[in-house]
Amino acid sequence: MSNSNDHAAHGHEHGHDEHANHGSLRSYLTGFVLASILTIIPFWLVMGHVFQSHWVTITLVLLLAVVQILVHVVYFLHLDTRSEGGWNMLSFVFTIVLVVIVLGASIWVMYNENANMMPMSPQYQHNE
Amino acid sequence: MLEPTNHPAARSFLFGRLTLDSLPFLQPDLEGRIVLVTLCAVMLGGLAVLGLITKKRLWGYLWNEWFTSVDHKKLGIMYMILGTVMLLRGFADAIMMRAQQAIAFGPNMGYLPPEHYDQIFTAHGSIMIFFVAMAYIVGLINYVMPLQIGSRDVAFPFLNNLSFWFTFWGAITFMVSLFVGDFSTAGWLGYPPVSELQQGPGVDYYIWGLQLSGVGTLLSGVNFVVTIIKMRAPGMTMMKMPVFTWTSLCTSGLIIATFPVLTATLLLLSLDRYIGTHFFTSDFGGNVMMYINLIWVWGHPEVYILILPIFGIYSEIVPTFSGKPLFGYSSMVYATCAIMILSYLVWLHHFFTMGSGADVNSFFSLTTMIISIPTGVKIFNWLFTMYRGRVHFTVPMLWTMGFLFTFTIGGMTGVMLSVAPADFLLHNSLFLIAHFHNVIIGGVVFGVFAGVNYWFPKAFGFKLDEFWGKASFWFWQIGFWLAFGPLYIMGLMGVTRRLSHFDNPALQPYFIVAGIGAALIALGIGSFIIQIGISILRRKQYAVGGDPWNGRTLEWATSSPPPDYNFAFVPNVHERDAWMDMKKHGYQRPLTGFNDIHMPKNTATGVVIGVLSFACCFGLVWYIWWLAAVCFVGVIVASIAHTYNYHRDYHIPKAEVDSFEHSGNWQDAAQGANA
Repeated sequence: MSNSNDHAAHGHEHGHDEHANHGSLRSYLTGFVLASILTIIPFWLVMGHVFQSHWVTITLVLLLAVVQILVHVVYFLHLDTRSEGGWNMLSFVFTIVLVVIVLGASIWVMYNENANMMPMSPQYQHNE
Repeated sequence: MLEPTNHPAARSFLFGRLTLDSLPFLQPDLEGRIVLVTLCAVMLGGLAVLGLITKKRLWGYLWNEWFTSVDHKKLGIMYMILGTVMLLRGFADAIMMRAQQAIAFGPNMGYLPPEHYDQIFTAHGSIMIFFVAMAYIVGLINYVMPLQIGSRDVAFPFLNNLSFWFTFWGAITFMVSLFVGDFSTAGWLGYPPVSELQQGPGVDYYIWGLQLSGVGTLLSGVNFVVTIIKMRAPGMTMMKMPVFTWTSLCTSGLIIATFPVLTATLLLLSLDRYIGTHFFTSDFGGNVMMYINLIWVWGHPEVYILILPIFGIYSEIVPTFSGKPLFGYSSMVYATCAIMILSYLVWLHHFFTMGSGADVNSFFSLTTMIISIPTGVKIFNWLFTMYRGRVHFTVPMLWTMGFLFTFTIGGMTGVMLSVAPADFLLHNSLFLIAHFHNVIIGGVVFGVFAGVNYWFPKAFGFKLDEFWGKASFWFWQIGFWLAFGPLYIMGLMGVTRRLSHFDNPALQPYFIVAGIGAALIALGIGSFIIQIGISILRRKQYAVGGDPWNGRTLEWATSSPPPDYNFAFVPNVHERDAWMDMKKHGYQRPLTGFNDIHMPKNTATGVVIGVLSFACCFGLVWYIWWLAAVCFVGVIVASIAHTYNYHRDYHIPKAEVDSFEHSGNWQDAAQGANA
């Protein structure tokens, strides 16, 4: 039998050594520099009118935003594959999958609903 | 009221839009009289209960041992009681609808005016899902899961108490709408434009009742996930967890992922209603279809939130009463996880007819068909577990077999509905009504009764009466098919749902049969209540020890009922079906060497926050802004004040543990063994 009497009330028995790390000055500075660069580039792309095509700019900004999210998650939220025995990473991946499903499919569905709408006379289309 | 004619401004400040006209029981019409009679009955019943509690001096006991308790077992039992009370309310709605539809043909308009009928089907649907099914599910997980993983409580005991009170006051919000104002007529999911256009307080009652219970459910989900991940007994790896714990984990994951969507959607709807935004209007940039889309992003996973833990219950019952380990444990786990992900990919099948076009509909049609595969895997696993087993036909097992038969048919009609072109014919027909009652009654309700019969001896130390249990089962089983068989047939003939009157007299015999079926179900519910009552009266005769069914999982390793601390020593787990493994290796319960046990302390904060939240919501429903504001601030203050409460834990002295371990209900009582 185990003698872990405080087990239930605390519940932290196993896993003290698996907790997320709290980062170092170096990792925070790296994160800060990366985040700054990833902010300045899109700012410059937009303000400097670097590309003729809007779509190229928008795509690049969005891509950089995704990288920005990853930088935040790794350097500021300290997510790695080991913290909390991998559960943090698992729940992160689960969240990403669901967000992609919900947002992606909702946009897809609503786009199709809209495209298949019966044509309406302008008086019903206040905002179109 | 404060002289309403003289000071209209003061009156509307104090009471918002609440006037004497809002009280339906003061109205002279038939509906008013029905409500008045109901109100009198409720008042008399309520006064009798309150009087009895006062006379027996039970207030202190109730407050100290139940209302402020953070013990997962007591909260679980309170959830089950809440679920049963709300089942009676939801079923009263059902029987009123069945009676109306059985008589309202041709010149006979029935006894319910359409406005009233619409409120009844709305209340029936939302109560049955949010306050019956969800309360039962959360109650069973609360009671059983911590015992199954060898823990002493959930990870956040206070939060658990708070969740219960949110759910409870959400239910009260719904109940108050019976007597003060009216209820929503927009159906159980509150579709706009009806929910946007209905002026009265009905939709607001609906919104705020669901917001309260939704927050409660979300907090429970977080609590369960953390409990399962962090507090399993040493040695219990993920693949050694009981299947009920696995399904609880997946359900809680779904709760965490979907309930915020419900909260946000209802919030957007309330913004439309309160401050005139246009999220779900059909002009000014709003889109009604977005509401339908969002509510089903929550709504479809919700039905899997209900059914997954029930699958877990069957997965505990079938091996126990077949005397064999569960067939295909790993496939059961993988099927559960697959269902959890797939349940996110099917929501559009609730609105194939909204017009997304062939490609979108085909995608969701296919995913819907695919999700039936892991469910089928589970059905075969249970069948193969029974195959060549020594099956004991106890009441839980009867419910399980009734489920296998009924649910499989419900699943097949579901696959019929998943074919988008067929759905264009069946959408909003009685076929759909029959289908989802088929899976929710045949799956969830049967499972809850199976679970209650199975774990009741653990919770109270005596078994439930077999005869009335079997009576309840047969009434439900036969009543279900009589009530919903005709609906399947009429649905195929094209009869639509939510009608309070019919012109075609050829349909009447079907509705009369359906009404008889509902009456049989009423007998089934009655038998269940008699079963509980008789078992309490004969509790000495039905007394059992810790392990009355020769169980396989850890909840049977402790006394019935378990002590506050569940386990004096946290068990070490080596195998799946840990308790069976311990029994095989000649486990002897240690009777010496106890230590003080560290436990969480009761707190009244959950009750306080619950009451304040309810008052806040009531204020919001009736536009009594001062009340809403004061109570909202009160909730914040109470929450912050609770963080300064440092007296959250205590130790159960080892002498007390020692005395319980020598006295508790461990062995089968002499009479109980052959009962």
